Amino acid sequence: MLTTALICLPLLGALSVFLLPAPRMWVGSLALFFSLAELALWISGLTRFDFGSPKIQFEQQHSWISDLGISYHVGLFGFSLWLVGLTVVVMTAAIAYGLWSGRERANAYYALMLFLLAAIVGVFTAQDLILFYVAYEAMMIPLYVLIGVWGGAGRLRATFKFVAYTMAGSLLMFATIVVYGLSHGFDLATAQQSGSVWLFLGFAAAFAVKAPLFPLHGWLADAYRESPPEVAALLSGVISKVAVFGFLRIALTQFPGPTHDLRSLMLALSAVGLVYGSLLAFRAPDIRGVVAYSSLAQMSLIGLGVFAQNELSLSGSVLQMVNHGLVSAALFLLAGVIELRSSSGALSRLGGMARGRPILASLIISIGVISLAVPGSNAFAGEFLILAGVFQQGWGWAIPGLVAMVLAAMYMLRLVSALLHREVGEAVSKKAPDVLLPELCVIGALLGCMLALSVWPAAISKHSFACLEQAPLTSAGISSQSKAQVGLACVPGTGSTTATTTGTAK
Amino acid sequence: MIRTPAIDWLTLAPSLALLAATIASLMSAVLVPERRRKNVSWFFCLAGYAGAFAAAAILFDRSPHSRGVIANALFRDRYGALAAMIVAGVGLLTTLVYYGERSTVDRVGERFALLASAGGGMILFAQSANLLTLFLGLEWLSISLYVLCALERERPEAIEAGFKYLIVGGFSSAILVFGAAFVYGATGTLNLAQIAGKAPSGDLFLVTGLAMILVGFAFKASAAPFHTWTPDVYQGAATPVSGFMAGATKAVALLVALRVLSLSFSAQEHLWTSAAAVLAVASLVVGNLAALVQRDLKRMLAYSSISHAGFLLFAIAAASSLGTRALLYYLIPYGAASVGVFALAALHERELGEPATLDNLAGFGWRRPLSGIALWIFMLSFAGFPLTGGFVGKVYLFAAAYRSGWTWLLIVGAVATLVSLGYYLAVVRAIYMRPVPDEEAAAKEEPPLLDRMLSTAVFAAVVVTVGSFFAVQPLIDLAKHAASQLPL
Repeated sequence: MLTTALICLPLLGALSVFLLPAPRMWVGSLALFFSLAELALWISGLTRFDFGSPKIQFEQQHSWISDLGISYHVGLFGFSLWLVGLTVVVMTAAIAYGLWSGRERANAYYALMLFLLAAIVGVFTAQDLILFYVAYEAMMIPLYVLIGVWGGAGRLRATFKFVAYTMAGSLLMFATIVVYGLSHGFDLATAQQSGSVWLFLGFAAAFAVKAPLFPLHGWLADAYRESPPEVAALLSGVISKVAVFGFLRIALTQFPGPTHDLRSLMLALSAVGLVYGSLLAFRAPDIRGVVAYSSLAQMSLIGLGVFAQNELSLSGSVLQMVNHGLVSAALFLLAGVIELRSSSGALSRLGGMARGRPILASLIISIGVISLAVPGSNAFAGEFLILAGVFQQGWGWAIPGLVAMVLAAMYMLRLVSALLHREVGEAVSKKAPDVLLPELCVIGALLGCMLALSVWPAAISKHSFACLEQAPLTSAGISSQSKAQVGLACVPGTGSTTATTTGTAK
Repeated sequence: MIRTPAIDWLTLAPSLALLAATIASLMSAVLVPERRRKNVSWFFCLAGYAGAFAAAAILFDRSPHSRGVIANALFRDRYGALAAMIVAGVGLLTTLVYYGERSTVDRVGERFALLASAGGGMILFAQSANLLTLFLGLEWLSISLYVLCALERERPEAIEAGFKYLIVGGFSSAILVFGAAFVYGATGTLNLAQIAGKAPSGDLFLVTGLAMILVGFAFKASAAPFHTWTPDVYQGAATPVSGFMAGATKAVALLVALRVLSLSFSAQEHLWTSAAAVLAVASLVVGNLAALVQRDLKRMLAYSSISHAGFLLFAIAAASSLGTRALLYYLIPYGAASVGVFALAALHERELGEPATLDNLAGFGWRRPLSGIALWIFMLSFAGFPLTGGFVGKVYLFAAAYRSGWTWLLIVGAVATLVSLGYYLAVVRAIYMRPVPDEEAAAKEEPPLLDRMLSTAVFAAVVVTVGSFFAVQPLIDLAKHAASQLPL
C-alpha cells in the first residue's frame, strides 16, 4: 500500500495543483505541501523498512494485462528505498526553488513537476518490466515540456537532442522488453535470467544514453544548460540515477552471462567517460558546463563501480548515487542562484563574488569540497568504496579513477576560484545580494543531507543489499567472481542459480 | 414461389438502425422547417448510432457461437458485433463533433443522413459472410463517403477530395470485385467459409484473386503503396469526416481483411502474412517520413494514419489469435484518439476560419488548457506513449508480431515510432513552446469558442484513450471473445 501511495500521492497532487484557480504563490505552496507530504510518507516507510530482509517490501500486485502476464507489481527493497528518498528530497528542493524563483504558468509547471515525481518513484518501485517501461517513458512527458517551455534560449534544440537520444535508446529497450518478457517473463521477481547478448545490449543502450555513459552523452550539455536550474538539478541529480538503477536492477541481475562477457567493454567506456568528462569539466566555459560534465564524470565513476560488480563497489555505487544526486542538485541550484544575480553563467564574466557575500561563498566552497571528495565527506566514502571494489576487479581499472580524482579537484577548484575569487567580473553587479533566506533553506537542506551522510555513510552503504548484511563475505577464500554474484543476489528475483553458486563457494 | 431465407433481425439490427436513421435524417431535410432541420436530422443520426451501438452490444452478448445467418449472407458473431460497436462508437462521437461544423449552404440534413448511411455500410461490411455481401457493404460505405467528402461543393478542396476518393476508391473496388470473380472462378463459391479447401492451395486463379482482394483492402485501409488518395481526401473533406474515416473505415477494412484472409485463405497463410509484413513496412516508411515534413495538421494526421495502418498490419502478419486480439484492442484507443484529434482540429479551424497548421496552432495549449492537454494525450497515444491506450496497443501488437516470429518487424516498428515522435511532438511543441505571433491580438480576442457537443466528444475520446490504458482487462475480455471466433 505504501508504495502505491508514494506513486499516487504526487499524481493526486498534480491534478489538484493543475486545477487550483489561485495565484502563483498558492499553487506553488500547494505543490510544496504535496512534496513534503511525500517526504513524510517516505520517512514513515523508512522507519518501518526491514533492512535485514532481502524480500521486496511494501509489495503490491494486481493483474493488469493478464493476456501477456503483465501486472501492476510494485515494491521497495534495499537500494531502491534510498533512491526513492533521494528523489523525494531533491524534488522537494526543486519545487521549493521553483516556488521561490516564481515560475510563470504555475499550475502547469507544478503539476508537471509532481507528475515527474510520480513517474520517477514509479521507476524505482516497479517490479514488472512493462510497468518499469511505463514509468520510464512517463518521465519523458513532463521533462519534454519542462525544458521546452521554461528553459533557456536554446531550449528547442536542447529538447530535440534530448528526446532524439533518449527515445532512440528507450524504444530499442521497448522492443527488447517485449522480446525478453515474452520469452522469460515480465515480472522481475520471477523472470528467468537470459544469456542473450543482444537483449542485454537493448537494455544497456537505453540506460547508457540516460546515464549518460561515453560516447552517448551528446544530449547532456545542451539539456543541462537550457533547463531551468531546478529541472537541471533533477536531470543530473535523479534522472541519471534511474539509468544506473536500470543497470543494477535489470541489466546486471537478469543478464549475468552477457554482463560478464562485456564487463571489460563497459568498464572501459566508464573509464574513458570518467577521464573525458573530467577534462571537459575542466575546460567548460560556464558554471553549468562544469557541473554537467562533472556529472558525466561522476556517472562514469558510478558506472565503473556497478560493472566492477563486487560487494564493495556496488555498495559504494549506491552510496555515490545518493551523494552525487544531492551534490549535483545543490550545484545546479547554486548555478541558478548565481545566474539570477548576474544574468550570465560564463565564468569569464563572473568572479569576485565572495566579497560581501559570505553565505554564498560558504555554500559554494562546502559543496565544492564535498563534490571533489575530500576525506571525511560522504562523497569520499562513496568514491573510496567504489575504487576499492574496482581495485579488486583489476588494479588497472583503478588508475582512471585516481586520475579523475585529481582532475575533480582541479575543475572544482577552478570553478570555485572563477566564481568567488579573482577580480570582480563584469556581469557581477555590486548590488547583487547574498544568498537569501529561501535559497539558503533549500540549498542548506541539501547540504544538511550531505553532512548527515558524511557522518554516517554506512546508513546507505550497509543498508542497500540485504544479504550482505546477513552474511558478510569479506573473508578470504571466495573468489571475486562469486563475490560479484553475492552482491547481486541481494536484488530480489535474481533467481536461484546465483544462490547455489554462493552456496558452493561457501 | 420463391423461398425466402429465415431472417435474423438481431444481426441486421445495427445496420438497420443506421439505415432508419439515414432515411429519417433525409426526410427531415425535406419535411422539417429550415431552422429546426439541423437539430432534427442531427438527432436522428445520433439516435441511429446510439441504437446501432446498443444493438451491437446486445448482438455481442447473444452470439456466443459464430454462425452464418440469412442464407449465409452475414455472420452472426462477436467479431462482427465488436467491429460494429467500434464503428458505432466512432460514429457517435463524430456526430457530436459534426454538429457545430459550419456549412456555406444548407445541406445539413444530407450531411447527417450520409454519415449514418456510411456507418450502416461499414457494419454490413464487417458482418458479411460472402464475397457478394462484402462487396455490397463496401460499396454502400464507399458511396456514402464519396458524397460526404464532396458535400461542401463550394470549397474546391472538397470537390477535389470527393473526386479523388471516388476515382481511386472506385478503382480499388473494381480490383476487389475482380479478385472476388477470380476466387469464384477457382472455387465455385462466394461463401467465405467454403472458399478454403475448394481449390488446390497453389491454384493460380485463387492466388491472383487473393492478391487482388488484398489490394482492395489495402486501398481502404490506406496502407502504402495504395495510400496516395489519403492525404488529399483527409485534407479536403470536412474535418469530422476525416476523423470518421481514420477511426472507422480503416478499422473495418482491416478487421474484414483479417477475417477474409484467415477464413478463406488459410491454406495460403504464408503468402498473405508476408504480403502484410511488406505492406506494413512500406506504410511505416512512407507514412512516417512523409508526415515529418507536413505543416498542415490534417495532412500530417493523414500520413500518421498511414503509418498506423502499418502498425495494425503487424496483427495481420502475425495471423494468430493474439494478433487478432491486438488488432481489436488497438482499434479502440486508436479510433477514439482519431476522432478526438480531428475534433480539436475542427475546433481550431472554426475559430480561425482557415485550416489548422503547425504554425497557427502556436499558443493553442495556453489559450485552451484542457483542449491542449487533450491534444497532447491524443498525440502521446498515437506515438504509443504510456498512460494512453496507444501504449498497451503497441505492446500487444509487438508481442503478437514477436510470437509469430516477426522479430525484425519489432525493430522496424521501434525505429518507426522514433521517427513518428518527430511529428507528434512537433504538435506538442507547436501548442506549448512556439511564441504566439501577436500576443496582444490573441489577448484581445473574444473568449475561445465554446462548443458543448464537441467538448463532450473530446472528453469522451480522452476517457477512452486514457481509460483503455488502466482498464485493460474488460477490453481484453471483449477482444478475446471476439477473436476466438476466427479460425486462428
